[in-house]
Amino acid sequence: MSDSTVAATASGGSPKISKVSEAVIRIAGNSQDGIQAIGGFLARLAGRSEQDVMTFMTIPSTISGGPSIFQVRIGSGEVLSSGDEADVLLAFYQHSYENHIAFLKDSGVVLYDTSHVTPNPEWQKKYRHIGVPISELTIEAIGGTAKDKGKNIFALGLIARMFDLDVTKLERLVAERFRGKVATVAEMALTAFRGGYGHSTATLGELYQFTAPQKRDKEQVVMNGNEALAYGLLAAGVRFGSGYPITPWSDLMEMLRSELPKYGGTFVQAEDELAAVSIAMGASYAGHVAVTGSSGPGISLKGEAIGWAVMAEMPLVIVDVQRGGPSTGMPTNIEQSDLNIACYGGHGDCPRVVLAPASVEDCFYTAIEAVNLARRYSVPVIILTDQAISTRIEAFDMPDLKTVMQDLTPDLTPRADHKAYDLKAVDGVTRHAPPGTRIASGIYPVVTGLEHDEVGHPTSSPKLHMSMTAKRRRKLQALARTLPKPELFGAPEGDVLLVGWGSTKGSLYEAVENARAAGDSYSCLHLRNISPLPEGLEKIFDGFNHIFVVEVNDEGLYGYGQLAGLLRSRYCDPRIKGINKTDGLTWRVRDVLSSVKERLSVPKH
Amino acid sequence: MSTPIAEIERKPLTKKEIAADHPTWCPGCGDFSVLALYFKLIEKRKIWHEKITTVAGIGCSSRFPYFVQAHGAHYIHGRALPFATGVSLSRPDLHVFAFGGDGDAFSIGGNHFNHCARKNVKLTYLVMDNQVYGLTKKQTSPTSPIGFKSKTDQWGSMDEPVNPMRQALSAGATFVARTTHTNPKHLLEMMEAAMDHNGFSFIECLSECTEFFEGAFDASNPRKGGEFRDMPAGHDVTDEIAAYKAAAEPFPGHFGIFYKVNKPTKNEKEAEINRRSREKVQGLADWQILQQNFDRMK
Ligand SMILES: Cc1ncc(C[n+]2csc(CCOP(=O)(O)OP(=O)(O)O)c2C)c(N)n1
Ligand code: SF4
Ligand SMILES: [Mg+2]
Repeated sequence: MSDSTVAATASGGSPKISKVSEAVIRIAGNSQDGIQAIGGFLARLAGRSEQDVMTFMTIPSTISGGPSIFQVRIGSGEVLSSGDEADVLLAFYQHSYENHIAFLKDSGVVLYDTSHVTPNPEWQKKYRHIGVPISELTIEAIGGTAKDKGKNIFALGLIARMFDLDVTKLERLVAERFRGKVATVAEMALTAFRGGYGHSTATLGELYQFTAPQKRDKEQVVMNGNEALAYGLLAAGVRFGSGYPITPWSDLMEMLRSELPKYGGTFVQAEDELAAVSIAMGASYAGHVAVTGSSGPGISLKGEAIGWAVMAEMPLVIVDVQRGGPSTGMPTNIEQSDLNIACYGGHGDCPRVVLAPASVEDCFYTAIEAVNLARRYSVPVIILTDQAISTRIEAFDMPDLKTVMQDLTPDLTPRADHKAYDLKAVDGVTRHAPPGTRIASGIYPVVTGLEHDEVGHPTSSPKLHMSMTAKRRRKLQALARTLPKPELFGAPEGDVLLVGWGSTKGSLYEAVENARAAGDSYSCLHLRNISPLPEGLEKIFDGFNHIFVVEVNDEGLYGYGQLAGLLRSRYCDPRIKGINKTDGLTWRVRDVLSSVKERLSVPKH
Repeated sequence: MSTPIAEIERKPLTKKEIAADHPTWCPGCGDFSVLALYFKLIEKRKIWHEKITTVAGIGCSSRFPYFVQAHGAHYIHGRALPFATGVSLSRPDLHVFAFGGDGDAFSIGGNHFNHCARKNVKLTYLVMDNQVYGLTKKQTSPTSPIGFKSKTDQWGSMDEPVNPMRQALSAGATFVARTTHTNPKHLLEMMEAAMDHNGFSFIECLSECTEFFEGAFDASNPRKGGEFRDMPAGHDVTDEIAAYKAAAEPFPGHFGIFYKVNKPTKNEKEAEINRRSREKVQGLADWQILQQNFDRMK
């Protein structure tokens, strides 16, 4: 539960209370039992208590629900990952118990529903077992009508008691959650909660209490990556979008569909992904910076239009919530296997911008950055997220929305003259003039996917093709020069450099911390600007003996993953090696470390 | 950069000001008439350069935007309609015209045609139907008549052609008209009516490909011994069954407005959703609307 465990008051027969600085609680049941809700409450409470929090969940792949888990790690200090192992396993069913006990720390606690779980005597020796007839007691508490409903909230009460959580805050959260529903629903939820909380502490045995968290200057907000990304787009001033349903992108699209009208914006459900990207493109052409997005095969479908946006130099934001591929693949799996299609997808020489947010908070700010880069450089920008980050809940500082909020109303200021593809423009950077812009010279632009001259009229001149191809490249080279040098986590020199991108940042940082604590000199370079890459990475690489690019994708034909391939082609550095996996889960800290050890022990030839 | 120009000083545009590049079409290509009448429409209806947007897919006919001196987009093959949808829904101040060929509209873009029609997006779509793939040099098109010898059907086209009128009607288009490049007066009339229609307006314009399907439409051209037949007298444009019947006539069939009804447009329905959503956040700045969400996530 953490190294700072301190025995505290155990007087007068009341249970022993231990101080903990953090805890990992894994809730295992069926998705229809509302286990996400328990996790959500715990995460939100942590945020309101100035604690750090990170969650991890699995989505059942069948519509009717099924076994799923929600893991929440709460800490009074910084929480980098959702935790390799749990301190407490809350098991609702036999299958939850059997399938997840392996994730429990030695001498961890199993809190189980005696109505459904028969404990295994072997395991009882190893882990502390606490049986509570959760289902029966819930029915007793709320009147026996609701069947399995409410047992999640009852269990939340148990956990609240076990960890001495702030009951007033939790009850307020429960009340807020059921606000707008009929009063009896909220009443019932609170009754179930109090039932759990009031359950005899004798059964619970040892109780825990979090150490006081560090004071924070700012209020915390708690949300998942999809929410942060959607709100980031809204804050960036995006007011138009289009998409087609596909898991796990759909949640984001549904959120945009319901939020945009409040801002006078529109989100269109299109007939397919090519229509979606085209509708968004039309709105971008009309002077907005529009958004589209998808997952898996939907991204493949958008390819032709993304090529057009590069050629026509049209701002557009494309969100790719990655999932297991190729083809329909593994819809609910975590995978980082779309880096190649994001960077290179499509025919022709086709440079574009690719960003990969590294945390939930970063989803919010990356969305804004994506919109601004799209606009400033008239280029499509792809945001790569994945199921891990999109469903993961984290707490972060409340942004100052008043200053962050942007207004992207189309700029229709009349111009004396306009060349959509002016070759004399500094660094090749030109700005799109949307329809509605009056141009005094009387020469109006055509935006086009054919190679063109400076006003957009088709050309077959090799000279123009050369200079226009260079223009499209030069502007992104100019962008690369403005990118901040990525931060190195750990010392600038050492034995092993772990390189990662996107959602795995926390796990890699924690791996570095653990390795350093064990005396190994590891550092981590985590990249969020995937294309163009920031400059100067070779200098960072120089400080290390080994460079391992850790990704959730296949080692490919040549033994390294997709980012590693990109870095190898960029830096020609044979020390760049891959550490890869495709099991559909995010990297666990200890698996990262054991993979590195394994690689280091392979004799050189 | 910006030079303010007073509206009042503006004179209606002349054809010279609306014409851009000289069209690259083959001599005698039917598409020339469509372009000439588009210029006429702009002149006659006094539309300013910046108020009109010309969108097209890919094909000979889709080269259209290059020849018009106004904002234009030459998009990808078959997807002009979704692109035009994005323009129309996000910019109610613009006239949106989409142009394309029969392959663009009914083969690669067939699905978009159906959905744009049923959603009743406010825009005008004019398809220059030459019943052949012109740009790629004589392959069978989805409107090629059975027996048409093309490079991909040396023995004659064998598949049942798409009937654009029936397709549009069954997809739910609210304005469906048919015209031909050889009757300029009629073509302009159809364009004007389409532009004035509040909703998705579709025009099929027979437009001869002199290069690869010469004489295809002679039967509808009085100067070639054919007959130009108006819609039957008393045709009720709101009668869908009558429209289907007219659409079922064998070639060269009828010309005119087959169907025209008023239904709420996608643009209006979305605007209504916006109005209702905005009511709930009345008086709030954008950041305050977002702040409400963030406050719920504390
Ligand atoms: C994705 C894609 N596939 C194929 C083509 C090649 N192509 C260009 S135009 C065209 C057909 C044009 O026929 P139509 O739409 O009838 O226009 P027309 O040239 O007859 O006016 C084809 C197949 C393309 N540009 N893009
Ligand atoms: S090939 Fe046919 S459609 Fe194309 S320009 Fe020539 S005549 Fe017109
Ligand atoms: Mg054609």
